[in-house]
Amino acid sequence: MPKKNLSGDGTAAPIDAWWWLSHKGTTTSFLCISLFALLIRSAVSMFPYSGAGTPPKFGDFEAQRHWMEITTNLPATDWYRNGTQNDLTYWGLDYPPLTAYQSYIHGILLRFFNPESVSLFSSRGHESYIGKLLMRWTVLSSDALIFFPSALFFVLVYHRNRAKSQVAWHIAMILLNPCLILIDHGHFQYNCISLGLTVGAIAAVLCGSEVLTCVLFTLALSHKQMSAYFAPAFFSHLLGKCLRRKNPILSLLKLGIAVIVTFVIVWWPYLHSVDDFLMVLSRLAPFERGIYEDYVANFWCTTSILIKWKKLFTTPSLKSISLAATVLASLPSMVHQIFSPSNEGFLYGLLNSSMAFYLFSFQVHEKSILMPFLAATLLALKIPDHFNHLTYYALFSMFPLLCRDNLLLPYLTLHLLFTLIYHSQLPKTKASSFSFTSFPGYVFLLRTHFFISLVLHVVYLTIQPPQKYPFLFEALIMILCFSFFVMFAFYINYTQWNFSSRFRSADKEKKQI
Amino acid sequence: MDGDRRHLLLWFFAAATAVKLLLIPSYRSTDFEVHRNWLAITHSLPLSEWYFDETSQWTLDYPPFFAYFERFLSLFARLVDPKIVDLRLGLDYSADSVVYFQRITVIFSDLSLLFGVYRLTRKVEPLRRNLICVLVVWSPGLLMVDHVHFQYNGFLLGWLLLSVSFLQDGRDLIGGFLFAVVLCFKHLFAVAAPVYFVYLLRHYCWAGLATGLRRLVALGSVVVAVFAAAFGPFIYNGQIQQVISRMFPFGRGLCHAYWAPNFWVFYIILDKGLAFTLRKLGFDVQVPSASFTGGLVGDSSPFAVLPQITPLTTFVMVLLAITPCLIKAWKKPQPGLVARWIAYAYTCGFLFGWHVHEKASLHFTIPLAIVAVQSLEDAKHYFLVSIVSCYSLFPLLYEPREYPIKVLLLLLHSMVMWLGFSAQYTDVKGLKEKKKEGGEIKRSKFEIGCVEKSYLMGLVIVEIVSQFLLPYFLGDRYAFMPLMLISTYCAVGIMYSWIWQLRKILT
Repeated sequence: MPKKNLSGDGTAAPIDAWWWLSHKGTTTSFLCISLFALLIRSAVSMFPYSGAGTPPKFGDFEAQRHWMEITTNLPATDWYRNGTQNDLTYWGLDYPPLTAYQSYIHGILLRFFNPESVSLFSSRGHESYIGKLLMRWTVLSSDALIFFPSALFFVLVYHRNRAKSQVAWHIAMILLNPCLILIDHGHFQYNCISLGLTVGAIAAVLCGSEVLTCVLFTLALSHKQMSAYFAPAFFSHLLGKCLRRKNPILSLLKLGIAVIVTFVIVWWPYLHSVDDFLMVLSRLAPFERGIYEDYVANFWCTTSILIKWKKLFTTPSLKSISLAATVLASLPSMVHQIFSPSNEGFLYGLLNSSMAFYLFSFQVHEKSILMPFLAATLLALKIPDHFNHLTYYALFSMFPLLCRDNLLLPYLTLHLLFTLIYHSQLPKTKASSFSFTSFPGYVFLLRTHFFISLVLHVVYLTIQPPQKYPFLFEALIMILCFSFFVMFAFYINYTQWNFSSRFRSADKEKKQI
Repeated sequence: MDGDRRHLLLWFFAAATAVKLLLIPSYRSTDFEVHRNWLAITHSLPLSEWYFDETSQWTLDYPPFFAYFERFLSLFARLVDPKIVDLRLGLDYSADSVVYFQRITVIFSDLSLLFGVYRLTRKVEPLRRNLICVLVVWSPGLLMVDHVHFQYNGFLLGWLLLSVSFLQDGRDLIGGFLFAVVLCFKHLFAVAAPVYFVYLLRHYCWAGLATGLRRLVALGSVVVAVFAAAFGPFIYNGQIQQVISRMFPFGRGLCHAYWAPNFWVFYIILDKGLAFTLRKLGFDVQVPSASFTGGLVGDSSPFAVLPQITPLTTFVMVLLAITPCLIKAWKKPQPGLVARWIAYAYTCGFLFGWHVHEKASLHFTIPLAIVAVQSLEDAKHYFLVSIVSCYSLFPLLYEPREYPIKVLLLLLHSMVMWLGFSAQYTDVKGLKEKKKEGGEIKRSKFEIGCVEKSYLMGLVIVEIVSQFLLPYFLGDRYAFMPLMLISTYCAVGIMYSWIWQLRKILT
């Protein structure tokens, strides 16, 4: 529940409608909102998950359960190796070791309460009441134990020197993030762990403890390789900061050691031979799956309607092209952070680099929008309007996926809930000297987008696509979302640079005074 | 400003609706099939057979207005899926269509609750108003009973609150009319009828001979008209006896299957204890053959030592318990106290009534929410009683999947209550000034006493013992032990609440 406090200046502040729920301070508000957020999560977890009751392959739920089955029954070195007991073609483990350990711990829990659900081979497609429930509870507890504390850490650090107004609103935005809830507790994944570790790392940057940042972010990377979407921002910001120190080499070395030590500890079972290590790495980068999958609203998939990338280029050359495009797209924000690192700029950098990865990197999934979206959530107070739009289109880009999972009702309901909370108390935005939104064309474009998306929602649910183009509507949704994401990426890049010039001029004024 | 406040009530209601929608796939009790069967009965049979049909064991046992309401809903049910209203094919039907349809009817019918709260809190100051909204619209008990377990309590309580709001405005005739309507929806609300009767007689009709008589006639004819609208067709068909016998099944036992946390729990335990001690002392005490929940079979009593309890005994006890409040209402009928008296009457009915469901605790926790914001003591009392009554509903949702939901609902409710009441009793002006001076922020006056605090902490222990330790150590033996423990412990809290309310009314 969002709340608002006495307004920042403290003088003659009218007591607003929400103060009675937030008057006890940030931590209490956080506790109250997190109870509500957990309630919503446990309610969503009663809905179907991906691949419920669809043999022989099922879906992500079965993948996670299968990993628990593999990790609890086989020694660690066999987890990533194809063998008689571990058929990698059936949901082989393709996330880094921390995911495997997490599966192991959860698997032990499952084995204690319901041994059938993780027994080798015989548990494939296990969907008993108690088994499903235990799986859902492992996600709930991971969320409560990792994402929530990290979010609290972030909120406490980020709002340290800020007036208390709107803190509760921001907490609600972070904890009631509809995309994350739908993917983790509806579709079934453990993004809360890697995103939670990332948020922890971001909070550590904001409070200046860089070693902790390196440890947490390495852990996030070792949980899901997709956390690399944020790597350019972390790298450039920390590099920029270190270059400003007396001993840049020494401070860089310290961070490097922190990364390597964490990495070695996490990857220890696979560091005994080069073969083992390469085997895990090859599992993590499934290049054979092609440059894009399904209908993801990124550059490669959208432009493939006109340019058949897969036919024009071989996979290795596509790899290097996409890498070059990704680096190029994240370069502006990296350069900005290396030359003028700042906390605010770092948050924009996170958003920019993750958006660049989403739009241009190899093998992107619809669910990857969670990374840019998380970064945008942390900036919600700065760019409320754009954050609102991004939420809408991020959700919309996952609409076909969620419809396949039979999650239409939670999709609509969480949308409603988000809108309610978002509008419960609009943060006041300072009008910048120049803004995209001041273009009349932009507003018109946005409205057209919104209107078309509403129509597409209805069309997707009610009309059968023509036989010749069975994925026509998916493609239309993709194009619409892509065009919004591109506009958004431009806007954020612009804001990051523009922000720092404003920042600098404000700095100069201060010095003159 | 007024628009703003109404906006907030709507906000809370919309947020609650989102949660209700998310609860659609949760566990449903047999009450779900009961209501589906009523849809089928009222849709496919002529009115004269409604109270005679026995196709399903879940026969129609609510008063006629509720049957008309089901008939109204069945018009839409037929459009959604004709199988829902089929008397035979629809038995135990559990397709998505019927689940979504019935759940959504409950969510829609909660609009009456929204209107009731809105009308009741129109003139209340903003903070109290918000608090009442949260306490009623976000009541964890209502969410659990209506939107998980499945019933239409929110709808009916909405009408009751509407009636109270008219009484508070001094518009007694409409208030009485609405209460009569509520009675014809669900007769369990009749416990408050003595309060209404005395209050309306004294406050509305006691105004000189001519006006008084005129008003008495007006009130009487309104009530008679409502009852005629409800029961008229059945009287015309000569079925009134059948309707009455369906509505009051005294064949059921003193206690419901899950023991409601009321006075009779103590009575049963005292009986068991006495029988045990007497047997130890060498007396010949026979083990009773009848059970408390089963009903009255012949002359056999479920009690070994203490005297047998009959429906008449409970009726007299309830009436006796309400009497002090009736005397008060007669001596000084104040519109401002009506909500308190009604809540008190329902508390008495809950404590001493025959075959009481634990769900009936909603009948007093919801009206008490209006009273709770009136003074500091009321707030403290409400904090305790709403937590206890919500906790006593826990055994209703016994499946593990809903466990986090019920626990989180209760925790959230307690937390919001604590924040809200603390805010209400914090000196806001002082707080602002202190902040400017940089001094210590004054603490709120809302603090729970030591005894109450330890009692509430005890709930946590009771929960751990009954849910984890007892099943672990006893296994399947003594399956009734956890329920008995919860009932007994909650009964202490409800008894306390009853005594507190009685004292508050008398002073």
